[in-house]
Amino acid sequence: MNAAGSRTQSVRRGAVTLAAAAAVYELIARSGIFPAALVPTLPAVLQTLWSMLLDGTMLTHAFHTVYRMVCGLALAIVVGLPLGILMARFRAVEQFFLPLVSVFMPIPSLAWVPVFILWFGLGNTTTILVVFYAATFPMVLNAWTGVRSVNPLWLRAAGAMGAKGQDLFWKVIVPGASPFIITGVRQAFLRSFVAVVGAEIIAASAWGLGWVIFDAKEFLNADVMLASLAVIGCIGFAFERLVFGSLERATILRWGMVRAAKS
Amino acid sequence: MADHVATANGRAPTPGTPATLWASERLRAIVRTAFPFLVIGGLWELVARLGIFPPRLFPPLEEVAATFVRLTAEGILPHHAVETVGRLLAGFALAAVVGVVIGIAMGRSRRAEDIFLPLVSIGAPVPGLAYAPLFLLWFGLGNVGAILLVGFVSAFPVIINSWTGVKAVKEVWVRAAQSMGADDQRLFRKVILPGALPYILTGLRLGLAQAWRILVGVEMLAAVPWGLGWMIFGAREFLNTDVMLAGIVVIGAIGLALEKLVFQRLERYTVVRWGMMTS
Repeated sequence: MNAAGSRTQSVRRGAVTLAAAAAVYELIARSGIFPAALVPTLPAVLQTLWSMLLDGTMLTHAFHTVYRMVCGLALAIVVGLPLGILMARFRAVEQFFLPLVSVFMPIPSLAWVPVFILWFGLGNTTTILVVFYAATFPMVLNAWTGVRSVNPLWLRAAGAMGAKGQDLFWKVIVPGASPFIITGVRQAFLRSFVAVVGAEIIAASAWGLGWVIFDAKEFLNADVMLASLAVIGCIGFAFERLVFGSLERATILRWGMVRAAKS
Repeated sequence: MADHVATANGRAPTPGTPATLWASERLRAIVRTAFPFLVIGGLWELVARLGIFPPRLFPPLEEVAATFVRLTAEGILPHHAVETVGRLLAGFALAAVVGVVIGIAMGRSRRAEDIFLPLVSIGAPVPGLAYAPLFLLWFGLGNVGAILLVGFVSAFPVIINSWTGVKAVKEVWVRAAQSMGADDQRLFRKVILPGALPYILTGLRLGLAQAWRILVGVEMLAAVPWGLGWMIFGAREFLNTDVMLAGIVVIGAIGLALEKLVFQRLERYTVVRWGMMTS
């Protein structure tokens, strides 16, 4: 069997599974074992999703969530990437920051939410800072590991050919560390996505997908919750596949640093 | 990730150095590790004393320490911590058992893979806490909803890694074992399971880390009577910043202990000893 054939087959099987899962859910929802407010039927969820998309509320919520996440993530990259590289290049920086990183990293970012609320109030500042806290550590650790794991042979080869300082850094170290750095950005994104939704749920502000889910619970609007969950899933999927997938293709895959997965 | 931290920190003294030199080396390492915390503590103290923020919101360190000692002596803090760890273990045990079974089944059987892979790849990217209101709605406030949610969320990395691990077992090993007459059961126990174990352990480790991150948030939402997350969240109402910071210290300590005591040790006794991975 050729590759394309097995691929369409697995797509078809996946679709069959999802259809079956949807049918089971629909059956449970219609059977009336659970109250309809808690387990809404799929057409009801789709209708809610559609109407929220049409009147623009869903897009506003999604915009706020993405805005906070991107701000926090950008801040984390701006701080974490240079810090990680400096830690790998200078021993003093490493000795100062490494103990701090290893102690603060195991504290879940959400534990800071109540403290940040007291310090900065409800709203964007708190959420962005929580995202920043969550995303910085993977960024720092991966940049640090990446620079340290640059093949020493490359450094010596470049040095023997007369590269030093700036050239060595930009042409050898940064591309050499790039697989780790991109992994770091990816992990930072995943963490920040978790953090932004959690922070929105706990530090209820006026907008945001996390907030709308939590708010819907008060009114037993399970259809709104499921619709927002679908949107959250789509955003995560879009970032993961489109943004990071193309980032990877444009950099480390093209440079031959890693191979694409076979399947 | 964190294992790099450990190996870089724990530079073993070279064998053969005289004992006195070793002791001073150790002392230097301790001072070096403590130094950044002294700097941060000093800065904190400075900001707290200068009165830029109200002292209720930004208490000096000795106040936090006093609160920590008081809450520990009264048994409040240990009670919260025990409940949190219990919930973590219950949720994670659920995730470990279900996740490893599903993951291995997906790796071994084509049919299981077709059934579970679409569900897993849809469920995994959604942030765990987004499921929280739904779980609380379905299973009620309290322990049941919280534990189920923690289990559900932390099962994903376990499933994905176990599945990858079984798939990554070298075909040559399987064929070699088969040609030497291993039946299905022995093939599974002696070849596939040890071969997949590094991945499974990585999955468990990621799952536990995920469970830990989610649990603190869940405790804030699920209105459980005890638990560190709840303690921190409840302290907000009374502006007890010292209680919150004491809680965060305990949370950090538990997180660090999980990483250093549980997983690095587990790894050393299994996959490193079998030569599957270098430490």
